[in-house]
Amino acid sequence: MDVKRPLVWLPLAGFLLVAIVVAVALYAPADRTVRSAMIGQPLPAFNLRPIVSTKPGVASDAMKGHGPRLLNIFASWCVPCIAEAPQLMRLRQAGVRIDAVAIRDTGPAVAGFLRRNGDPYAAIGDDPSSAVQLSLGSSGVPETFLIDGQGIVRRQWVGDIRADQVDEVLAAVRDVQ
Amino acid sequence: MAQTTAPAELADTQLADPVQEASARTLMETLRCVVCQGQSIADSDATMAGDMRALVRGRIRAGETPAQVRDWLIARYGDYITYDPPLSAATWPLWLAPLALLAVGAWIARASFRRRS
Repeated sequence: MDVKRPLVWLPLAGFLLVAIVVAVALYAPADRTVRSAMIGQPLPAFNLRPIVSTKPGVASDAMKGHGPRLLNIFASWCVPCIAEAPQLMRLRQAGVRIDAVAIRDTGPAVAGFLRRNGDPYAAIGDDPSSAVQLSLGSSGVPETFLIDGQGIVRRQWVGDIRADQVDEVLAAVRDVQ
Repeated sequence: MAQTTAPAELADTQLADPVQEASARTLMETLRCVVCQGQSIADSDATMAGDMRALVRGRIRAGETPAQVRDWLIARYGDYITYDPPLSAATWPLWLAPLALLAVGAWIARASFRRRS
């Protein structure tokens, strides 16, 4: 076989191509964030009963025709939710309405969480088997969705909103106003 | 201050109708657990996997087809949610690569046998 034939190099070239693709994928930092595909879609219909006696539950219909709001997916048993609480308080103080969905939680536990960490919520719905969380394409706590006045899901923040993200969230809320 | 871990109705309870249960089970084996990522919701003990099994069984019991339930989940989580990805701009190499490799193999085999004769 004549080694000068260019086709001889084809298997090696193929191997190198695969090796490079594998190496790049191995060394690139893996992004394991699961993002919702609901951005730009209308909020799915739901109606959650209240979890604490002092606040109403959360219904998707009630979000249409009013100003934008944040929908915070949280739980009293969630440690990053404690870290996020001061940021939500700042957003509340800036005039943002925040509704919440409590995942697999109990009334007394939520009441205790709000006493310890502050209470930024206008309403809290009880989601005992994560059904509304799944209908939003959310995969954990905390997550925050921006819902505009027409009831369209406009943005999602996965994980706790950190102190340096508050301005970004505020700007996003004003953008859809 | 702990997560309520009681399984949702239908998370670990089979449907009364064996045909529905079988189709729900087959679908669950192709759905990714969003918190465990390497497991299907049929294999995972995670609380959220149980909630997802309850959702699948509930919708199948209500008369939805497995394809409808799968599409409902894809509308929320994207193709990521399924281990059986549909043909799309990002996945076509997965489907075409085996055919292309078979064609290359056939071409090499043909060339080798011809040389020997």
